[in-house]
Amino acid sequence: MAEGIKDKVAIIGMGCTRFGERWDMGSEELLVEACTEAIEDSGIEKKDINAAWFGSCMDDNNVGKSALPLSLALKLPFIPVTRVENFCATGSEALRGAVYAVASGAYDICLAAGVEKLKDTGFGGLPDMPSALGTKNRFLMPNVTAPGGFAMMATAYFAKYGISPKEGKEILATISAKSHKNGINNPKAHLRREVTVEQIINAPMIAWPLGLFDCCGVSDGAAAAIVCRADMAKNFRPDPVKIKSMQIAISSGEELMYQDWDGSNVRTAVHCAASAYEEAGIKNPREEISMMEVHDCFSITELVAYEDLQTSARGKAGDDVRDGFYNMDGKIPCQPDGGLKCFGHPIGASGLRMMYEMYKQLQGKAGDRQIDNPSIGLTHNMGGFPAMNLISIAIAGL
Amino acid sequence: MAGIVSYGAYIPKYRIDRKIIYKAMGWLNPATYMPGEKAVVNFDEDSLTMAVAAGMDCLKGIDRNNVDVAFYAGTTAPYLERQSAQIMATAFDLRSDIRTADFTDSTKSGTTALLSAFEAVKADGAKNAMVCASDCRHGKPGSAQEEIFGDSAASILMGQENVVADLIGSHSVSYDFVDHWRAAGEKFDRQWEDRFIRDVAYKNFIIEAITGLLKKTGVDIKDVAKVAYPCLYPGDFKGIAKKMGLEQSQVQDPMLANVGYTGTSNSIMLLVAALEDAKPGDKIIVASFGTGSDAVLFEVTDNLEKIKSNHRGVKKHLAAKRELNSYEKMISFRNILPLEKGIRGEAMPFSAMTELWRSREQILGLCGSLCKNCNTPQFPPQIMCVNPECGVVGQMEKYRFADKKGKLFTYTGDSLAYSVNPPAIYGMVDFEGGGRYWFDITDLDLDDAKVNMPVEMSFRRKYIDEKFGIHSYAWKAVPVLD
Repeated sequence: MAEGIKDKVAIIGMGCTRFGERWDMGSEELLVEACTEAIEDSGIEKKDINAAWFGSCMDDNNVGKSALPLSLALKLPFIPVTRVENFCATGSEALRGAVYAVASGAYDICLAAGVEKLKDTGFGGLPDMPSALGTKNRFLMPNVTAPGGFAMMATAYFAKYGISPKEGKEILATISAKSHKNGINNPKAHLRREVTVEQIINAPMIAWPLGLFDCCGVSDGAAAAIVCRADMAKNFRPDPVKIKSMQIAISSGEELMYQDWDGSNVRTAVHCAASAYEEAGIKNPREEISMMEVHDCFSITELVAYEDLQTSARGKAGDDVRDGFYNMDGKIPCQPDGGLKCFGHPIGASGLRMMYEMYKQLQGKAGDRQIDNPSIGLTHNMGGFPAMNLISIAIAGL
Repeated sequence: MAGIVSYGAYIPKYRIDRKIIYKAMGWLNPATYMPGEKAVVNFDEDSLTMAVAAGMDCLKGIDRNNVDVAFYAGTTAPYLERQSAQIMATAFDLRSDIRTADFTDSTKSGTTALLSAFEAVKADGAKNAMVCASDCRHGKPGSAQEEIFGDSAASILMGQENVVADLIGSHSVSYDFVDHWRAAGEKFDRQWEDRFIRDVAYKNFIIEAITGLLKKTGVDIKDVAKVAYPCLYPGDFKGIAKKMGLEQSQVQDPMLANVGYTGTSNSIMLLVAALEDAKPGDKIIVASFGTGSDAVLFEVTDNLEKIKSNHRGVKKHLAAKRELNSYEKMISFRNILPLEKGIRGEAMPFSAMTELWRSREQILGLCGSLCKNCNTPQFPPQIMCVNPECGVVGQMEKYRFADKKGKLFTYTGDSLAYSVNPPAIYGMVDFEGGGRYWFDITDLDLDDAKVNMPVEMSFRRKYIDEKFGIHSYAWKAVPVLD
C-alpha cells in the first residue's frame, strides 16, 4: 500500500522575484534572483543541493527545452537537473519533482525553480496554443486563446445556474476586485492598484463574457524553493513548512470528446482535491483550510475552483463571493498576495509563487498582508483549458 | 438514359447592397453603378469551400460509394498545383479509387465539366459522376467587375439510375476570344472594352451554341420550358431572348440583382434554379459563356419531385441572408485590403504536410471513429474508446461527422484571437447521436449565439500561411440553415 508523502518533506527556503514587465531582466537574471533568495533563506549552501528540478513552459520566448539554463545560471556543480513542463502548472511540477525525489529517499536536499519570460512576445496575452499542442492541432484546433478557453466555462456556468450575464459579471468582478485590493499590500506584485467592481464590469471585452479585469497579468518572473527531509528541516530553521500533500490530476479526454461533462466545472480539480484531501487528512475543507492560492488565471476559474475544492457548495460560490468568505477578513482568505490576477502569471514560476505565499504566511512573515495564525494553506495550479487540462494541488502546514 | 440524378447549390450568406460599393468607390468611375445586391464570401470562404458546400447539398440522400468521378470547375481555385477536386473528394469522404480533375481557365468550364461527367457515366466509366462548379472572382476596387461579380457554387451529380433530368443533347462552340484574362500569379482580371465583348462574343456565342443544340436535337425552342444563360449585360441578355424568340416566361432569372454574375458556377447555378421550379416533362436548356459556349438540353423526369425536398439548392440559400453593410469588410474578407494583424496575427505555426496526409480524413473529411463495442461516436478518431465505462482498444470504425447536426453547449466570442471577422467565435459542439469536440463557429454574430443552439458543420478555410503558400481547410460549426 502506497503511503504517500505526508509530512516527509519540508520547505526550508523560498525565493521569488518581483513579477511584472521586467524589460531589463532576462530569464538568467530572474532565476539567479529567485534562487539566491531561496538559498539564503534556507541557510544551506549551493553545494548542499543534491538535485534540482527546473520548470519553464513557453520555449519559444523563454529559455528553450533543456534543464541547462538553470544549471548554467546557478553554476550548479554537475548535479542532476531535470526540466519539467506542464502548461501553466509547470511551477508546481518543478516543486513536485523535488518533493517526491526527497520523499523517495533518493536525496536529502533539492532545489525547485521556475521561470517565465513572457514579455518577449511583442503582444498582450499568452502565445496562441495550436503550436503548443502538436502538429495535428495546428490543422484542427479552433482559434482558441487562453481567455476564450476559460470564457466558455463562464458561458456554461451561467447557463447551468440560470445566471444572467449581468449578474454573472458582477460576481466575477467582485472576485477580481478582491484580488486587486490584496495586491496593493504585496511589494512584489505586478499590478498594485485598487479597481472597483464597476470599472471591472465596464472594462473592454476580451473574450465574452470576460473583460480585461477578469484576466490575470501576463508577467515575467521566477520563483524557487529548497526542500529537504522533514526530519532534518529544523537543523536549518525553526519554522520549516511541511508538505501535507502534492497531487495532480490530468484530463482523460472525456471532457473534450465525451458528452458527460457540462462545462461548468473543472473535472480534474475534483479528482485532484479528493486525492489531496485524503493524503493530507482533511475531512472538511471549508472548515480546515486556513487560506488558499488558487489558479485565478481568469475570474471564472477562481469561482469554479471554490466549488471544485469543496470550500463552496456547487452553484453557491457566488453567494460566498458576495458574503466576503474569501476576502482577507473572511473565513478562507484567498489570493492574499493578489493571485495570478495581480501578482502576475509567469507560467513556469506561478505554482512556486503560490507556495511562496503560503510559506511566508505560515511563518508569519507576510508583512502587511499577514493572515491571523494560519495552519493549513492550499495551492491550486492549473494548466490547459477547462476542456483539457491538469490540476496540481499542494497542501502545506507547519 | 443518363442525366442528372442529384443537384445542390451554395450561395454565401453575406449579401452586400451595391449602393454600399458604389458609395465607397463610385467616385473613381461613376459609370459602374448597378442596382441590387450581390452575394459575397465570408473571410473563411473561397471557391473551394463553396464547391464543397454545394457538393454536400448535392450528396444528400446519395450513396457516396457510388461516386466514381469528381470534378471541380472554376477559375479561382486556391492552388495552381494541388487539385481542388481531390481536396473536395477528401472533404466528401469519397473512395480513393476514383477519378478527379479540375476544369478551369474559362468561365464556361462548369458546363464542360458537366458534359465530361455525363460522358463518363454514359460510357459506363462511372456509376455516378459529380461536378462542383464554383467561383469567387475579385473585381478590382472601383471596377465594374466589382459591382457585377458575385460568389456562388452549384453541384450536379450525373448517373444512369434514378435520373431526374435526362441529358438529351449538347452543342459546344470554342473560340480564343480574349474578352478578359488573368495571367498566372495575378489576382484580378483584365478586361477589354465592353462594346467589343457585347457585339462580338456574348450574344453571338450563346446564340450559336443554343441554335446548334436545337438543330442537333430537332427541338423547337417553343417547346423548351426554361432557357438559362448568364447575364453579363442586361440589355444584351434580353437581346438574346428576343433573337431566339423566347417568351419572358421561358427565360431563367439570371439572379444578377440578388447574387451577381458568378463566373464558372453561373450556368450550373441557373440550371439548379430551373430544376427547382421544373415539372416532369419540362425541357431545360442551359448555356454557358466564356471563350465560347456550351449549350445543354435536359428533359425532366417524374423522379425530380422525389428529390426536391432533399436539397437546399438555390432557393434556401438565397433566403438565408445576412446583410454585409461595410465595403471595407468585403474587401478585407477577400484579402484585398492589407490589414494590421499584430504580431499575434502574423505568427504562423508550422504546417506539416506529413501530418495532413496521415490525418487527412479527420482534418479535411471530419471523420471520427465509432466504437464497435459501445457505439460511442468520437472525434478525432480514437484508438482507445473515450467512454470511461467502455475503454476497449482498437475496436473502431470510421464515422463521418460532416453531415451530422449538433448543439452548441458552450461558446465565446474572442477579441484577443486574431480574426479578419472579429470576435473569433468558437465553442463546443455535442453531435446528435454522440460525439463532442470544439470548433470555430462562423456565419454567426456573437449577439445571436445561444447555449444549446442547433449547429451544423461547414467546410471552411482555416488559415493562409503566406510564407509557405498554404491554404489550410477545416470544418467549422455554423447555425443550422433551416
